[in-house]
Amino acid sequence: MPRRDDIKRIMILGSGPIVIGQAAEFDYSGVQACKVLREEGYEVVLVNSNPATIMTDPEFADATYVEPLLPGPVARIIEKERPDALLPTLGGQTALNLAKALYEDGTLERLDVELIGANYDAICCAEDRDLFAQAMAKAGLKMPESDIATSIEQALTFQDHIGLPAIVRPAFTLGGRGGGIARTPEEFRTIVERGLDASPIGQVLIDRSVIGWGEFELEVMRDHCDNVVIVCSIENIDPMGVHTGDSVTVAPQQTLTDHLYQQLRDQAIQVIRAVGVETGGSNVQFAVNPETEEILIVEMNPRVSRSSALASKATGFPIAKIAARLAVGYSLDEIDNDITMSTPASFEPTIDYVVVKWPRFAFEKFTGANSELSTHMKSVGEAMAIGRTFGQAFAKAMRSRELDTTPHLADRTTLDLVSTLARPSSDRYDVLMEVLRRGVPTAEIHAQTMIDAWFLTELEQLAQQPEEAFAGVRTFKSVDTCAAEFPASTPYFYSGWERPDADGNARHEVDRGDPAEHPSVVILGAGPNRIGQGIEFDYCCVHAAMTVRESGRQAVMINCNPETVSTDYDTSDRLYFEPLTLEDVLGVLEVERPEGVIVQFGGQTPLKLAAGLLEAGVTILGTSVDAIDHAEDRGRFGGLLDELGFQAPPYATAHSVEEAIEAAGRVGFPLLVRPSYVLGGRAMEIVYSADGLRDYLARHKPAGEAARGEIFLDRFLENAIEVDVDALCDGTEVWVGGIMQHVEEAGIHSGDSACVLPPHSLGHEMLEQIRAQARGIALGLGVVGLLNVQFAVYGGHLYVIEANPRASRTVPFVSKAIGVPLAKMACRLMLGETLADLQLPDEARTFDHVSVKEAVLPFDRFAGSDALLGPEMRSTGEVMGIARDFPTAFAKAQAAAGASLPGEGTVFITVSDTDKPAAVAIANTLHDQGFKIIATRGTADAIARMGIPAEAINKIGEGSPHVVDWIERGDVQLVVNTPTGSGARTDGYEIRSAAIARGIPCLTTLSGGPAAARAIAAARHGEPEPLSLQEIHHRDGATA
Amino acid sequence: MPSHDATAYVLLADGTRFDGLACGAETHAVGEVVFTTGMSGYQESVTDPSFAGQLLTFTYPHIGNYGISDAGMESDAIHARAVIMRAATNTEDAPTAERGWLDWLVDCGIPAITDVDTRALVRHIREAGSMPGGVFPASMPQDEARQRIAAEPSMVGRDLAKEVTPKEATTHGGGPHASGLVRVHAIDTGIKGSIVKHLVQRGAQVTLHPCTVSAEELLATDADAFFLANGPGDPAALDYVVETVRDLVGKKPVWGICLGHQLLCRAVGLQTTKLPFGHRGGNHPVKDLRTHRIEITSQNHGFAVTAPDGGLRIEADEPVRWSTDFGEAALTHVNLYDRTVEGLQLLDVESATVQYHPEAGPGPNDALYQFDRFLDAVRSA
Repeated sequence: MPRRDDIKRIMILGSGPIVIGQAAEFDYSGVQACKVLREEGYEVVLVNSNPATIMTDPEFADATYVEPLLPGPVARIIEKERPDALLPTLGGQTALNLAKALYEDGTLERLDVELIGANYDAICCAEDRDLFAQAMAKAGLKMPESDIATSIEQALTFQDHIGLPAIVRPAFTLGGRGGGIARTPEEFRTIVERGLDASPIGQVLIDRSVIGWGEFELEVMRDHCDNVVIVCSIENIDPMGVHTGDSVTVAPQQTLTDHLYQQLRDQAIQVIRAVGVETGGSNVQFAVNPETEEILIVEMNPRVSRSSALASKATGFPIAKIAARLAVGYSLDEIDNDITMSTPASFEPTIDYVVVKWPRFAFEKFTGANSELSTHMKSVGEAMAIGRTFGQAFAKAMRSRELDTTPHLADRTTLDLVSTLARPSSDRYDVLMEVLRRGVPTAEIHAQTMIDAWFLTELEQLAQQPEEAFAGVRTFKSVDTCAAEFPASTPYFYSGWERPDADGNARHEVDRGDPAEHPSVVILGAGPNRIGQGIEFDYCCVHAAMTVRESGRQAVMINCNPETVSTDYDTSDRLYFEPLTLEDVLGVLEVERPEGVIVQFGGQTPLKLAAGLLEAGVTILGTSVDAIDHAEDRGRFGGLLDELGFQAPPYATAHSVEEAIEAAGRVGFPLLVRPSYVLGGRAMEIVYSADGLRDYLARHKPAGEAARGEIFLDRFLENAIEVDVDALCDGTEVWVGGIMQHVEEAGIHSGDSACVLPPHSLGHEMLEQIRAQARGIALGLGVVGLLNVQFAVYGGHLYVIEANPRASRTVPFVSKAIGVPLAKMACRLMLGETLADLQLPDEARTFDHVSVKEAVLPFDRFAGSDALLGPEMRSTGEVMGIARDFPTAFAKAQAAAGASLPGEGTVFITVSDTDKPAAVAIANTLHDQGFKIIATRGTADAIARMGIPAEAINKIGEGSPHVVDWIERGDVQLVVNTPTGSGARTDGYEIRSAAIARGIPCLTTLSGGPAAARAIAAARHGEPEPLSLQEIHHRDGATA
Repeated sequence: MPSHDATAYVLLADGTRFDGLACGAETHAVGEVVFTTGMSGYQESVTDPSFAGQLLTFTYPHIGNYGISDAGMESDAIHARAVIMRAATNTEDAPTAERGWLDWLVDCGIPAITDVDTRALVRHIREAGSMPGGVFPASMPQDEARQRIAAEPSMVGRDLAKEVTPKEATTHGGGPHASGLVRVHAIDTGIKGSIVKHLVQRGAQVTLHPCTVSAEELLATDADAFFLANGPGDPAALDYVVETVRDLVGKKPVWGICLGHQLLCRAVGLQTTKLPFGHRGGNHPVKDLRTHRIEITSQNHGFAVTAPDGGLRIEADEPVRWSTDFGEAALTHVNLYDRTVEGLQLLDVESATVQYHPEAGPGPNDALYQFDRFLDAVRSA
């Protein structure tokens, strides 16, 4: 059956902000779906709160709503847009849960919207552990013995029956959040309690442990004719016990006999039928006992998942695109395989290479968090590598991780290292490779890790003779879904190392054509997602690719992150799935011979390569390498500011503790201290005294990381207003795209701070001054492309904090807020156009809407780590709220970030003495809105003195019932708590942890407080109106 | 860094050479160089008698990962003449392994080569077509290797079934079965163990006859049905089997798989042609035109039955018809990759055949229903 004609308008739900367990893969799937459905002639209405996505670019949908992914706001969008159908299977768990809620509250029926892609019953069957277990039993499939508990007592009874270890997983959470492996009765009780809380339906599943069994995943697609294909098999090198998102995985599976693999295949097909997914993709996870060959079904996801993005990139089979076509009525054999163009999509890809995926962790950001891996996903990103052999792929993936520091293992004893392997942690493969290098037998490692002998044998060879895997010549091969059986037309390449031909040449498959006739531009991607280096940069790279293609040149992408739109083979003319190291990049450039390379859009990753590329004779497009250095080198940049007559906070650079203490006296406290060349404010802290500085320096003793050995000391402008500017420059003219005022005061990393555009409390003159200084810096540095400048407004004066001549994290947000695609414009400048050619609107024009960006933090994932904001960036993602006024936009952003502000109830306030005046003002507003105020004694006194009723409650040390008891009882709806100085486990820490565990909004900065209070007041005036990007920018007369 | 010095090489009849490292038995082999795209099931593949006379290239780079076991034998010997790989391992410590893969190749006297750019080799065959070639030790001069290849007779018109057929008839299965025993007599041109296994599991007693068996002998048995097996080589070289089959059609139900499908088609007057590089792998989509369902199939053949219009392709998903010496035949299965004939049914006599391998081994189990369909048809005949 061809496409359905009875539906015209389809709503697609995105997955919201990047959080652990739900990353850029859903932008990739959503973009594919939008493209396909519009190609098929449908109107698309898109909802996603995450502005840093390609899918929310206005040209990808007929109506784009950057609005909270919550039932209320989405119901209002449905009322306004009246779609015929809702496709919820491409936006991860968030979209699926939201669709389920809209079904259950009657919205879909009331507004006559059909769920397509997965029906309600199938969603429930896959998501409700009990229904799923029943369906599996009915189909004759086995699962680990398990039971569902809704209370701790129930859980303990079942645990008596199955013993320990046991696996505990809460129902309906992302990436297993709140679950874990319990090895002792105490652990069991703690994890069950946490899981019951984390589950929105208060339900946990307790499984018989299959720790140590092989873990496999199959990606399955089914059409409405009941044709089913397996797109890819994935084997986790880490056996059962480590969340698949945290495991190193390999595709295709390597260790199962054909007989056993075919049983998995048969069972995966039975599962998708039993659950009742009528069309689309699903992911089925298996545990396989390697000795007995017993197969157990672990779980299934009735939607596109992280694994399906990986499977798509690993095989070239575009799962999301095909899932979208299946949802609107096509059958698999009616869809072309667009890689071969000659065969249909109703086949199973076969591959002739090996794919390895590595998780990227960020434990260094979360002091105190336990880095042991379990069923609770903790990685923040991933890198994928393709090689002709497992050894090649594994080594390439390992170098794709881009660790800031590699673990220091040389000094540790072999015995010590081997003993750590039993409890998997984020550095386990570094340890494993080290002990293999030292000659520890694979059998001993197998006993500790249960990793299959085949992998250990391969890794042993790689550890002992790393060069062997890369014998021969670098040869670019294509990913073609068919192991070369058919000619492929899609240019998706990877490097393998092979014997050369008789003349000694590599047998490349790249059909580059004549570079003079078909000039190309290479765009270097951003590598694996990690904190500080997120999807925003991928967004910019994709825009660069589009722009290069529009200019008539061929766009060539190099990246190694499988979650992204940039690594979709549709995005560029040629995609090279390669690590972003100098050597690997130069390997591509040798065959590609591009006109130039763009390093400005992929964040720190490509920027680090710029100098090496230049040295190798490569043309860097846009801002020169020297200009980048001019901005990054403190001395040179300081010189420029002096020349321009711009003010900057006093600063110094030190190379030793003594030098630092001495310099601190000159600069003056408080100080912002950080090591040089870091991303996302890594290891950055504010210190208030010489003792504090000594303590910092002792804790950050330069290890291998600080090879350059510099420590930066900046005077910290306390309580200043921080301002971010994104500007375009062609070398002679400057256009300031957006000025963002941070909601939090200076000192909070800009990536973690909420910000508002246009600024809500800066005067016209200050804005003019900001534009003038941004202009001066852009011209002074000689920027061609994008420039981001951070300023602080302190005591009525403007200070320049830093300038980055590259795409910043805020580019997508600003682009959506102002309706001008900044990255595209920058790319055009880099390709030789002038600002005049771009015909941009007046930079000082006024807007009839306000945009707020809010950061999304992963503290709920890292038990043990404090939930405080500071100069070190720790957010994983961002959301945007757009409204006609600031308070409403702020409220939307808060709701989208998962911390919906309460409309009524009790607010708990505790602040340091210096913050008390500001706290009183917040209390006043909230009291007016009918909130009950409770506070610790000192704060309560200060509030009461101003005539606002406030009840004093106990600090933790003052005995029960204390503040945490109040929070745990559910008697607090909002927390305002500012830090009272560093120091590990303070009351503040306990309070914030308790609030986060219960999803209670927690304002840790005083500037955030008034904004929240105003937002709460604004919400009283009724539900905010949903605004599409198309309507706001149409009214502004701008084009995006 | 430079590769290890080559210790073996693959040479094709057109002079193309790929270097690698010798593994397996220390000898050389010549034959038709073919490739399979299956990602698992190396042991099943090399023991499939259909690979007699051929040098088998695996497109999947890692071969040998889980060793060798009794369960993976499709016959009692390796039939491929040599194995060409990118990366071979001899893992013995896989949980179910009884022997290491490379040790086993040595035991069986089969030469093998690894470290070959198999993808480049496959692309060459895809463009130039499958052709004779050989695997040689580096010490053998290329001229000598070329002469050996030139001396190898072409696959076209070659009777390889005689090399793999049993010397005398054997009977398998035959225990009591709930649905009733069905006696199947097969002309064994190189049958795979999985075919016998699936028939026996469903209540058949299977007697395998040498391929030189006569129609009189077969008709004199207690057969409820006849089965035409898979096997190596060109069906056009097996006129004596085709003659035998001609005398069986219409007398009892006849079913055929792969080579058996081609032999039946020739017996009723249809033609077969050599494909440019054959179908070998476990991922070809085939559409059953009666149910409109797609099955992912195991494939291993180098020849195909021509379409009613004399070409190789069937353009529409329709049960097009041939007229045969035994009445009309209708297409039942079509390959969605290259639109070639994958199965047909004689409408006036009880007979059907498929080109692909419903028995899997290796490959997907999607088409096991074919065994039920066949035995049900026999039972209700």
